[in-house]
Amino acid sequence: MKILVPVKRVPDPTQKAKIKDGHIDLTGASWIVNTFDEYAVETALRLLENGEANARTAGSEIVVVTIGPEDAAKELRTTLAMGADRAIHVVAKDDELDSLVVVKVLAGIIAAEKPDVVILGKQAVDGDANQVGQMLAGKLGWPQATFAASIEVKGSAYVVGREVDGGVEYKQVPTPAVITVDLRIVASHAVQNGVTPASFAYGGEGARLPSLKGIMAAKKKPMVTAKLADYGAEPVPVIKEVGVTLPPPRAAGQIVADIPTLVKKLAEEAKVI
Amino acid sequence: MSNVLAFCEFADGALRTSALSNLAFARAAAQAHGGDVVILLVGHGAQAASAAAAKFAPKVVVVDDPKLEHYLAETYAPILADQAKANGAAVVTATATAIGKDVMPRVAALLDAGMASDIAKLGDAKNRFVRPILAGNAYSTVEITTPIICVTARQSEFEPAPELGSAGAVTTATAGAIDAKGAEFVKLDAQKSDRPDLGDAKVVVSGGRGMKNGENFKVLEELADLLGAAMGASRAATDAGMVPADWQVGQTGKIVAPNLYFAVAISGAIQHLAGMKGSKTIVAINKNKDEPIFQVADYGIVQEWEKAVPELISEIKKLKSSR
Repeated sequence: MKILVPVKRVPDPTQKAKIKDGHIDLTGASWIVNTFDEYAVETALRLLENGEANARTAGSEIVVVTIGPEDAAKELRTTLAMGADRAIHVVAKDDELDSLVVVKVLAGIIAAEKPDVVILGKQAVDGDANQVGQMLAGKLGWPQATFAASIEVKGSAYVVGREVDGGVEYKQVPTPAVITVDLRIVASHAVQNGVTPASFAYGGEGARLPSLKGIMAAKKKPMVTAKLADYGAEPVPVIKEVGVTLPPPRAAGQIVADIPTLVKKLAEEAKVI
Repeated sequence: MSNVLAFCEFADGALRTSALSNLAFARAAAQAHGGDVVILLVGHGAQAASAAAAKFAPKVVVVDDPKLEHYLAETYAPILADQAKANGAAVVTATATAIGKDVMPRVAALLDAGMASDIAKLGDAKNRFVRPILAGNAYSTVEITTPIICVTARQSEFEPAPELGSAGAVTTATAGAIDAKGAEFVKLDAQKSDRPDLGDAKVVVSGGRGMKNGENFKVLEELADLLGAAMGASRAATDAGMVPADWQVGQTGKIVAPNLYFAVAISGAIQHLAGMKGSKTIVAINKNKDEPIFQVADYGIVQEWEKAVPELISEIKKLKSSR
């Protein structure tokens, strides 16, 4: 079983957004692996291990891919330290990319790597576009299971619990398929691979942190670099950012002394009840 | 090629409220392109909603097939792409619902179209769109240069479109080859509720980590029912399993903009604020006056919810009975 996990680096979302020359100012920004992509790596690991015995399934492989500037190799290395086996870094400037360019490159990598499944985050927390997984599935003609909150392995297929408007939808997809993961995929029992005992509860909040051993091992894991042209992609985005503005701050509110005053203000001042 | 194909969700023989927001955007886009809005209804039972849909656009195309009983991106996306071409669409649009977000990028891939997701408004040119990025902390204007453009519109940013004066023409189209690529709908575990949809509600009552457990949400539900409100929650509360996951308001949950939003025992993480700071009036109830929620609240009450919420309920009841 081979799983391909595309990951994106994003500016740390806890930093305050600043504008310079009409765009987000990223000088001096600190970068992290997009949280949802980190969860995708975690999901791939949970699918390919016995979590209780802390042992990877023999013959399994997780390949991580990023398309981004040279220094994005650092975030890619982080996912190797979590437990991915090897990495592909397609070097490109951010302004050479849009979701269609990214999808073209990923389709080329998938044609060469032939993974059983592609798992990625449902969206990147910088652009919040939520496009690449679905577009990739469409281009490949593969089935898709987006916004996965749970995954259960059923033979060579996956039953994916998807959080939709008004409840949870269960969708079965055969392999190969594209799966995009949502927040709750990292819950204690969200991934059931038939190897890890169903009773086993993954601990912690979110994805596993790289261990010291993992960080040391990651330094020796293979990372190949490539160019857009290697996959027939051109650095010509059709989606361009014209400019960015910050929303006006909300006017300062007021602390209200007690509930009767609040209800009076809601009724007479705000006129909302 | 100047029309706007608006994929609209329906239920029980009528358009969903969320679809009306899509139509508001579609009308603006059609005007910018000098074309018409064409409503596309897809699914088993679509025909039954066509008369209601025809009140909103000059043309309605219906693709109704028993094999489309359950929505699947794999079967719906090719229909949207085919109908985009058949109807001379410059723009294909849907509301950014769970279905809209799932299907539209797949349609974009089939059409080699650039896509603008979850937009807040049409920009200063017909191929420019304004959309929130960085959890709503900034607005980006994007320009898309493909002949066909795919768009999803954020429901809370568009007022529902009103009916037109005269009914449009309804035509039917065939689904073509329906190929689910092996994908199957298994089941839907629905959260049944008599309350309004979180996305449409005029009032939302949300609870956070400070509610401590699901049982404690009952008092918030009492408040919600008094006001005809939808229930919401912070990620901390849904992650802890206190309430259903689809109550989550935030960057990665629902984006809401009601007239009145109650944030009870919610600290106000960026993630949560991204989902509700478009609300017209925000009330925060929290025992800690330093929580960031008070920076976005119009009215703050610094009290424990255990005391404040029951009193709020009784005061609102008093107000209602005095009217």
